[in-house]
Amino acid sequence: MAEKWTIGSVGEAIAAKKVSTRELAGEFYKRIAARNPELNAFLALSPERAYAQADKIDGLVASGKPLPPLAGVPMAIKDVISTRGVKTTCGSKILENYIPPYDATAVERLEAAGAVILGKTNCDEFAMGSSNENSAYGAVRNPEASDRVPGGSSGGSAAAVAAGLAVAALGTDTGGSIRQPGAFCGVAAMMGSYGRVSRYGLIAFASSLDRIGPFATTAGDVAEIMQVIAGRDANDSTSTTAQVPDYRAEMEKPVKGMRIGIPKEYFGAGMDNGVRQKIEAGISLFQQLGCELVEIHMPHTDYAIATYYVIATAEASSNLARYDGVRYGLRVEDASLLGMYRKTRGSGFGAEVKRRIVLGTYVLSAGYYEAYYLKGQKVRALIARDFQEAFTQVDAIVTPTSPVPAFKLGERTNDPLQMYLADIYTVTGSLAGVPGISMPCGKIGGKLPVGLQIFGPAFGEARVLRLAHAFEQGGGATL
Amino acid sequence: MKISREDVVRVAELAYLDLSEAELEMYRTQIDEILEYIGKLNELDTAKVEPMAQVLAEDQTADATLREDLEVPCRGAEQILRQAPDPEPPYFRVPKVIER
Repeated sequence: MAEKWTIGSVGEAIAAKKVSTRELAGEFYKRIAARNPELNAFLALSPERAYAQADKIDGLVASGKPLPPLAGVPMAIKDVISTRGVKTTCGSKILENYIPPYDATAVERLEAAGAVILGKTNCDEFAMGSSNENSAYGAVRNPEASDRVPGGSSGGSAAAVAAGLAVAALGTDTGGSIRQPGAFCGVAAMMGSYGRVSRYGLIAFASSLDRIGPFATTAGDVAEIMQVIAGRDANDSTSTTAQVPDYRAEMEKPVKGMRIGIPKEYFGAGMDNGVRQKIEAGISLFQQLGCELVEIHMPHTDYAIATYYVIATAEASSNLARYDGVRYGLRVEDASLLGMYRKTRGSGFGAEVKRRIVLGTYVLSAGYYEAYYLKGQKVRALIARDFQEAFTQVDAIVTPTSPVPAFKLGERTNDPLQMYLADIYTVTGSLAGVPGISMPCGKIGGKLPVGLQIFGPAFGEARVLRLAHAFEQGGGATL
Repeated sequence: MKISREDVVRVAELAYLDLSEAELEMYRTQIDEILEYIGKLNELDTAKVEPMAQVLAEDQTADATLREDLEVPCRGAEQILRQAPDPEPPYFRVPKVIER
C-alpha cells in the first residue's frame, strides 16, 4: 500500500484494480485509528456511508463502467458543513447531538463525483478562531510539530491532509481559516472567490465572508476539487452564474510574462525572519519562472483586521441567534422561554463565540451602528478597491500567508487581539471577495512549514491555480 | 474606556446570553481593548465612500437573484421534529413566555 496518495494515483490504482475502493477506505481508517488520538483531527467517522460509497465505486469498476472524476478518493469534511445523517457539531457543545437532515451542496457534488467521505474534522467553534484551540472538543495538534497549533479555524482538515489521514479535505474560510492552517501544516489550501462555491449547507458564521474550499497535497488536486464543487446553485442566491472554466487545462498554461504584484504593506515589521526568508525565496522562484515582479501599494491593508472584526462579528451575532434551544441542539430548561434562551446560549457557547456575539451585537446596536458597522462597510469598500486597482497593474498578488509559522499551543489563548492579528495577511482578500491560495513554501529549520499566498482577481481562480502549479513544479515546497 | 459593565449587560440582554460576573468583567476588558484597536478606522475619511453592503459578482445586482414565486414541496418535517429537544408533532414545544 503506497504511503502518499493523490487524486490521480487513487484513480489510477482503482481503475487498474491494484486496490479496491473498500480496501483504500479501510487503509485510511486504519491510519486514522493510529494517529487521531494524538492529533484530534477527526471528530466523527462515517464508515457506513464511506463503505456504501466504496462498494458503489467498486461496482462501477467491476462492470467496466466509466469512473467519475473523484472515484474512490478518501476525503474529510470540516464539521461546520452539513452531512446528512452524520453528526455535525461546528466544534460546539450547542450542537453536540445535531444530525443534519441534508447534505451541503459541496458535499453532494463531491459524492456524486465518487469521493469517499471518511468523516468530519475538528475546527474552532463555529469557525471562529485561528488555532483550532476554540473547539469544545479539544485542540488539534499540528502533525509537523505536536506542541504547536495546526492553525484555524479549519485545523482538523489541514492536519488530516498533512498527516495522510485523508487525500483531501474541505474547509471553510471567512478571514483566513483555510489558507492559514494550510500554511501552518504545509499543504495546498484554497478559497475560491466569494460566490464561486455554494454555501448551501454551510452552517453560517459571517454570510458576506464565508467560503468553502479544498485542502490537498498538490495544486492539481486542489483544482480537481474546485472543478467539482464550484458552480451556480439555485439554493444559494449569492453563488455566481459565471461558468466554471476547465481548471486543469488552464493551470498547465505557461506563467512566463505574468505580472506579479508584491505589496510593500505585507512585508513590514511584524513578519518572522524565518518566514521572510522563505517568502523571499518564493518570490525569487517566480522571477526564475519568468514572471515579472511589480512593487504595488495597497494603502488600506493596515485597516483590514479592524474592518473584519466589526463586520464578521456583527454578521455572526445575527447568524448565531438561531441557537436558542427551540428546534435543535442543546436545550437548558427554564420556566420561561427567554430564560431558556439565555441559559442555553450562555452554557452552550464557548468563550470566543460569546465574546464575538457581544462585540457584534454592540457594533450593531442603536447609537453605535454608524460609528462601527457602517464605517466598517465603507472601509471594506476601500480595501476591495485596493485589490481592483492592483489588478489593473498586475495579474496576481503574492504575499506571505501568515506573519509567523505555527505557534505553540496555549501561546495566544489569553490575548484575543494577538490571536486576531495572526490573520493580518488573509483577511484583506476575504473582505475584497477575491480568491486566494496558500502553497507550501519551504520549512523553517527544515521543520516548520511556511505558506506563500497568491491572490487573484474576482473569479480568477484559473490564473491563481496556474501560478500555484508552476510554483509547485518549480520546487516551491522545498525552498 | 470605551465600554462599561452596563454596556456589556445591556448587550448580553439583547443577545440572550447569560453571563457570569467573571465573564462580564473578562469580556468588558477584552472588548474594550478590541474597540480601542477598531478605533483606527476613524483615521480614514470615508465621507464620500459607498458602504460595501454586498459582495457582488458582475452578473449580480443588489436585489439578488430571485426565483419564480412558485410553491415547491418542503419535506422533512418529520425528520426535523425527531431531532427537536421537545417535539409534539407538528409542533416544537417550549416553556411559556412569562411577562416581565
